Amino acid sequence: MGRITIDEKLCKGCGLCANACPKRVILLSKTRMNANGYFVAEAVNAQNCIGCAFCAVMCPDCAIEVEK
Amino acid sequence: MKVFQKTKMLTDAHLHYCPGCTHGIVHRLVAESIEELGLQEKCIGIAPVGCAVFAYDYFNCDMQEAAHGRAPAVATGIKRCLPDRTVFVYQGDGDLASIGMAETVHAAARGENITIIFINNSIYGMTGGQMAPTTLLGQKATTCQNGRDPAVNGYPIRICELLATLDAPYYIERVSTQDVKHVFAAKKAIKKALQFQAEGRGYTFVEVLVSCPTNWHMSPVEALRFMGEECTKTFPLGVYRDKSEGKDD
Repeated sequence: MGRITIDEKLCKGCGLCANACPKRVILLSKTRMNANGYFVAEAVNAQNCIGCAFCAVMCPDCAIEVEK
Repeated sequence: MKVFQKTKMLTDAHLHYCPGCTHGIVHRLVAESIEELGLQEKCIGIAPVGCAVFAYDYFNCDMQEAAHGRAPAVATGIKRCLPDRTVFVYQGDGDLASIGMAETVHAAARGENITIIFINNSIYGMTGGQMAPTTLLGQKATTCQNGRDPAVNGYPIRICELLATLDAPYYIERVSTQDVKHVFAAKKAIKKALQFQAEGRGYTFVEVLVSCPTNWHMSPVEALRFMGEECTKTFPLGVYRDKSEGKDD
């Protein structure tokens, strides 16, 4: 089991993390924005996370921390 | 147990890059490589002009801003004055392949003991999507609106292949950031280049293909796909020179 923490202040909603996730844990929010006006990434299926850190590797803004 | 956290070699400043631009990934790879090699205390970076002009705000080491295209010349000066430091240059394609072509080629020909990280997104990003020397044939830009036509605009310049014709460079590789696998390979190449420099082996050059969703007019995910499918046809990935393994083509 893994756990990801997304720093929403840094997120730009590019979706590269969601694209990289093999377990479809991450989705972009359709309603919640951060202070910069980006729809942030959310760990909606957090229970499926395997802690592979692919999301963090692809995040251009280092907004994701991964624990296992 | 933490499996991934931000490296201390990057500052807490928010990156100014557009959403989905993989510049940020390359920043992280360079920073992590420096940290893992234990070079943080004696590392000096040269920031370019272009999208990465604020790189000096993001790396947690000594940084020097250079005039447009002149980063290899600045790096040469710093490295010759302070030969025990690790000097890396971070340049984009307009900076390195167009304005700074003379400095790039001559620093390579002299075999200066520096590391160049070349970011190739095949377009001028910061100035608004004009055609760069690396723009693909048929690719649209604001200064070639019907796509790059070789009869009018010439052909893209392949820097790795060009520098591999010189005798002095020690290590030249082209990598990409199109997916997780290629990002790991890019990290390996950047780390290897910095390691070679720290060992005093000579000129090392890593070209990283980067996406530009804003000026390619694509979503970030489409841009990565385009980079993997189209950019790599014009700019084949691979090692073009590695004297440590006797590879020289």
